[in-house]
Order: sequence, then C-alpha cells, then structure tokens
Amino acid sequence: MSTTNEAALSLAGVDKIYALNSRKPVHAVQALDLDVRKGEIVALLGSSGCGKTSTLRMIAGFESVTRGSITLAGRRIETLAPARRGVAMAFEGYSLYPPLTVRDNIAFALKSARINATEVDKAVKEMAALVEIESILDRYPTSISGGQQQRASLARALVRPADLYLLDEPMGQLEPRLRALLRGRLKRLLNERGMTSIFVTHDQTEANALADRVAVMEGGVLQQMANQTELKERPANLYVATFIGEPPMNVFDAKVEIGERVRFIVKDGPALDFSATAFSQAARVAIARRARAVIGVRPHDIRLGAGDNAAKVVSNQWLGDQSHLALDVAGKLMVAVAFDQVNASRGEIMRYEVSSTKLHVFDADSGEAVSHGAEAA
Amino acid sequence: MEHTSPFERIIRGVLIAAVLLFFLFPILWIFLMSFQTNEQVLRIPPSLFFSPTTINYTSLVTGKLQTAAGSLDLAFMRNLGNSVLLSSVSVALALVLGVPAAYAFARFKFPLSEDIAFTLLSFRFAPPLLVLLPLSLYFQAIGLDDTYIGLIWVYQLIALPLILWIVRGYFEDISPDIEYAYRIAGHSWLQTFTRIAIPLARPGIAAAGLLAFIFCWNNFVFALILASADKQPVTVGALAFVTASGIQYGQIAAAIVLSVTPTLALALFAQRYLVEGLSLGAVKG
Repeated sequence: MSTTNEAALSLAGVDKIYALNSRKPVHAVQALDLDVRKGEIVALLGSSGCGKTSTLRMIAGFESVTRGSITLAGRRIETLAPARRGVAMAFEGYSLYPPLTVRDNIAFALKSARINATEVDKAVKEMAALVEIESILDRYPTSISGGQQQRASLARALVRPADLYLLDEPMGQLEPRLRALLRGRLKRLLNERGMTSIFVTHDQTEANALADRVAVMEGGVLQQMANQTELKERPANLYVATFIGEPPMNVFDAKVEIGERVRFIVKDGPALDFSATAFSQAARVAIARRARAVIGVRPHDIRLGAGDNAAKVVSNQWLGDQSHLALDVAGKLMVAVAFDQVNASRGEIMRYEVSSTKLHVFDADSGEAVSHGAEAA
Repeated sequence: MEHTSPFERIIRGVLIAAVLLFFLFPILWIFLMSFQTNEQVLRIPPSLFFSPTTINYTSLVTGKLQTAAGSLDLAFMRNLGNSVLLSSVSVALALVLGVPAAYAFARFKFPLSEDIAFTLLSFRFAPPLLVLLPLSLYFQAIGLDDTYIGLIWVYQLIALPLILWIVRGYFEDISPDIEYAYRIAGHSWLQTFTRIAIPLARPGIAAAGLLAFIFCWNNFVFALILASADKQPVTVGALAFVTASGIQYGQIAAAIVLSVTPTLALALFAQRYLVEGLSLGAVKG
C-alpha cells in the first residue's frame, strides 16, 4: 500500500450549520476532526442525513464551512473557489453534461487542462475500460442506463489528476456482480496511483471492501474513524457497535455486580457470570465504576449448545453457508450465527455461552465503550 | 389509440378540420383581402374569386395612399421599422438583464429574493393604463417622452417579468450538480454560467424571448401615449387607415400580413429550439 503518514487532507473543528440565522438552524456537521493520509482511501459511512454528504461538499467547496479549517496538500482551502481546490468529484446524481457524448464527458476535464489529444484519448480509453463502458463512449448520457451513467461519472472524476478524489455513492446504482468487480479494480487503481480519496456510502460492505479506514458518522458527529477490524472488535460506542456488523450486535441493559466474580444481570433474562480474573485490572476498575451497563455480543461470537444459559429458539434459518438462530432472551430477539447447520427447531430450549473475551461493555448513559473482550476500551 | 375504428378516425379528422377552419379562416380571409381593392372587399355577396391586385402593398411600401378624397401620406414602413427596433432591442435588453437575474433567483437564496421576484411578476398584474398617466408626466419631466430609450425602458415592464419567470423555471430544472461538476474541473462561476447553464436552458430562453417579442410587438397603449407619430409601431400606425374617406380595408389587410410576418418567421425559427428542447429533455437525468 502506498500510504504514508503525511496528512494529505486535514479537517479541524469543522462545523456546518444550515439556516444559521433562522429560528431552526440545522447543525449538520459538528466539530469534525478528520485526517486523511496521502494515498489513503477513506470511507464516510453513515445513514441518510448523518452529515457525510455535507462533509464531502464542504471539502469540494459547494457548501460553505460555518466554522473550522480544511487543509489539502498543505494549503488552506475552505475559502477557495471549487475550481482552485485541486479536487475531483463523482456525483451521486451522475451530473453528466447532456449535450456531450460519454467520451467527451470524460475527456472534458482533461481538455480544459490543455493536454494533447492522443494523451487524452489514451486516458479516456483506459478509464472507460476500467469501468466497462468502452461500448457506449459515443452515446449521449440520456440514452444510457443509470448504472452506465454512474460509471461514466466515475470515469470522469478519476481520469483527471487531482490532490483528492471525492466519490459520492460511487456504486449505488450498479448491480451487485459489477459492483464487486469494480470495487476490486477501483481499489487497485487508487492504490497503484496513490490517489488520496474519500468516498461516501451507506453500504458497509462497500466501505469495508474499498477503504483503508472507515469514518462512521451519525447525527453530524464523527463516531469513530478506524480500520475495519478495529470497528468490529473495538467499537468506540454503542452506535458504532450496533451499526457495524451484519447481523448487528446483540445488546442488553444489565445490572453490574462486581467482587470475587463479575456478574451482568439482565432483567428477566440471563445472568452472565465470570471470574474476576477473566477481566484485566483496568477493565475491572472501569466496569466497577458503574452500577448499570449495556452489554453486547456479536452474533457469531455466541457459542451455541453449551454454557449455563438457555433460551427458547424463535427461528432457525440455514442460509446455505451459515445458520441464523433467533433466541428469545429477556423479551428481545438475540441473533446467533453458527457456521454449520444447527439441529434445533422452533420452541426448543437451546443452551448458549458468551465468553468474557467476546463481551463488549458500554456505559448505560453515554453509550461510550467501557471494555472490549475483557480489556478496557 | 391503436384500436380506433375507421369511423372514429373520420370523426376525429372532421373535428380537427373544423377547429382549424375556425381558427385559420380569418387569417386566410385577411390574406385574400390584402390582394383586393376596397370595392372588391365590400362587395355583397363576398366572393373567393377576384382578380388580385398588389396596389395595397405598393401603396404601403411607397407610403402614398390614393383615396377618393386625394393622396395621403402613410408612415407604415417607418412604423414597421419602429416595431422591429422597439421589440428586438427591448427583448435583447430584457434577455441581458433577465437571464442572469433568473439564474440568480433560481440558484441563490438571498434576503427578499422571493419578494423581489414576485414584485417583478406583479408588473404584469396592473392594467397598463393605471401607470401610463403618471409615467407620461414623469417622462416629460425627465425628457424621456417620445424617445426610443423611454419606450424600450417601458417595454421592460412587458418583457422582463416574462423572461425572468420562464427562464428561472428552466434553470431550476438543471441539476446544480452538473454545474458543480464543471466548476470543480477548474472553471469559474462565470464560465459555468455561460458554458453550462445557458446552453442547457437555451430552449427556455428561446421560448421566453419569443413570447416576450410577441407581447412587445403587439403592445398598443404604451406607444400610443408615450410616442409621437415618427416613433410609433405598426399597432398604433394602423390607426392611420381610418381615413376621412373611409376605412381602407385592403391596406389594413396588407398591413396585417406584413406586420405578422416578422413574428411568424421568428416563431418558425424558434420552433426548432423548442422541439430540440423537448426531445433533448431530461436534463434532470
């Protein structure tokens, strides 16, 4: 990988407030600090309205920055015109120029940079091959499908040299097979050329597959920015824990009792009982500060058919390569994943076990992580 | 629509023909009248058959009208020239001012933007006679009465709101992201406006310009009150055909044919853009 530790893009204390002077200002992005290293691919992941697209548009220059600074390749850019920021962007709505052919649309950015015709032609062909649109280069945007328009728009953004590439839902309209194929090619292209890029997506598979690091946003706040493993194993808070992962993490409110043993008692549900030595000193101290906590366990971390706890099976689905079992725990559904077929029918009582090394503990009020797998967060 | 019986098709054809006849017959009749003398026009019963004469056109072009009471001078060609001048300069000015304004109203939210846009539209609500008296007094005071500049200025009341509101709608239909894509590729705001926004809105601009031209061309009261004979357009100049020796129907018909021609030609020319705009369509993607 061609990433270095040099920061290519740096957002510091960036706020975006829409309708600032009205009675109902909307705080779309709050105190955002974000560093992207040179050559790094970062995904902005979040649900609709989480502020990810606002962030992208502020970097591009289509939205003003209410507070804070944006630095790209050593230059402060937050007040520059979009044309002078040195960024390329692929738009979610494609935004191809209707009077131009697909070829001219892609070549457009290069032509205005005064590069000679053979070079332009070569670059356009190469990019068209990458996104598989060679056959429609001479057609007009209105005569091709949404997926083709999206690929043309992607090619137009990537063909141009820039300090930073911004991709807004770059593959939202593509069929799954093509999406998986393009993800691989796109990742190789970005890595080979060391193209620093940020892409916005609401699809965590895409974020995980394409990005070096993922920034999870919610309610205008950056929840956590980390690589995929860390997001799964050490989520910073309850939001990230339940947002990342499929099926989502099972979480329960629990009363904490700590002494010789560490016990988490779920109301009308199981009591998870661990030896105190199963937790590190720091984790024990952090947990002991709380009388209540939210405990969580990922579906594939639940061991079925063993342990002291038991619950009624609500459903048992075999997906061909894994089983999804829904168990009735404390009046909620707890989903467990096993990678072989589980012999259990509806209504049956199933034993299960949660190891201390797989347990996540969060603060009951703030949702901040307290410990992950027996280590303090 | 595919399963229409021959009977239905015949009925539809007859009805369409009836509608066309109803609307087009007066125009055809005026066209025929323009080739007849006053006596032929006033013949009872009227007839479609006559020996055509070009006397009406020649008298209009030469400016000499021979009537029973003697020879009259006609300023028709000058009126026609005035109409062309007033309408085209007014529409050109309204386009120069209105298209950027329409873009601003479509793209930017600024304090009172809606109120300003609505105020401009409201110029179309008030009857012109309401403003004409004070306007003519003001114009006399500042020396603008009976000038082309004064008339063109007043014609903005007709042309500007039309262009502003029609073109604004077209700009709003263009996805802002298309312009962003152009700007981020290293182009200024002004380049984006002239090379992306205006070409994409061209059908709308053509339609608005055409409509504004027709409205200006057909205006009567502004020029009647604010201009003297040598600055008046054809609409006012046609009054001269009501002479002491009677109404010159043949000349009126010829004058109508001549004065409709420029707008008709313009409409046929702009039609290309209108059709292009419809078939290109789907700017929204």
